[in-house]
Amino acid sequence: MNSAVIVFPGSNREGDVVRALKQAGSQVQKVWHAETELPAGTDLVVLPGGFSYGDYLRCGAIAGRATVMDAVRAHAARGGLVLGICNGFQILCESGLLPGILMRNANLKFICHRQFLRVERNDTAFTRAYKQGQAIDVCVAHGEGNYTADEETLRRLEGEGLVAFRYSNGHGHVTADANRNGSMNSIAGIYSDKLNVLGMMPHPENLIEDLVGGTDGRGLFESLVTSFAKAA
Amino acid sequence: MKARVTVTLKNGVLDPQGKAIEGALKSLGVEGIANVRQGKVFDIEVDTPDKAQAEASLKAACEKLLANTVIENYRVEIA
Repeated sequence: MNSAVIVFPGSNREGDVVRALKQAGSQVQKVWHAETELPAGTDLVVLPGGFSYGDYLRCGAIAGRATVMDAVRAHAARGGLVLGICNGFQILCESGLLPGILMRNANLKFICHRQFLRVERNDTAFTRAYKQGQAIDVCVAHGEGNYTADEETLRRLEGEGLVAFRYSNGHGHVTADANRNGSMNSIAGIYSDKLNVLGMMPHPENLIEDLVGGTDGRGLFESLVTSFAKAA
Repeated sequence: MKARVTVTLKNGVLDPQGKAIEGALKSLGVEGIANVRQGKVFDIEVDTPDKAQAEASLKAACEKLLANTVIENYRVEIA
């Protein structure tokens, strides 16, 4: 699998996600935001976390309109895989690749802690290595992760099974306490209609080494590499 | 030509920042504050003498970048 990690001014998690992808067995190239094309043979595009353009105007608003995003939109329209993590999720929402928006956390605090997520379905390219309903132990670190959408969009996401992850406790129970940023329906990540674009606020790439206290994040990157090997 | 674009949250969209400001005003003892909603103001100089063209450009600016119409409304005023 060939991955392209897009780097914007202010991205700061690209190194971690490159490491996670390589560990899972992907070839990886970093791509600067001013490029008009993705490297030939790109299978997966990753928009990493960080603070692109200093979060000016709205988080992800300016990066969402960067030159390279036309190529990312075309890749997604062809059915290519796209993963946006944290600021990458905000960019996907601002670019129109995913519906809704990430608003300021309901408690107005930047939250940075370990967080369990419930895996809503394990039949997508991103989650095959997990079990359905499994609680995975990852991290969150954001000030604007409060997922918000209009009622119709929310109904569609729920009705079509497009919610990827929800904030949960360690048993996979979705509780109000576990939803620290106030997201509607405890949504931590969503898919596009064709399940080929995933945006998520938490950081699976943080938890890929026993040395730092957990490896639950590996499954996401291994799922991608494995499902691509099967498809190819 | 000078213009002002005001971007505000749509009715019904929760505004935690506005709520925090409202709380701070109350704790400062400012009386008579019922509700605060936070928005953004953009002062823009337009590079055309044609008002209709300026309006069209500013509307495009709002739709393409300045406002996220999922949660925000915008208003354009030309001086």
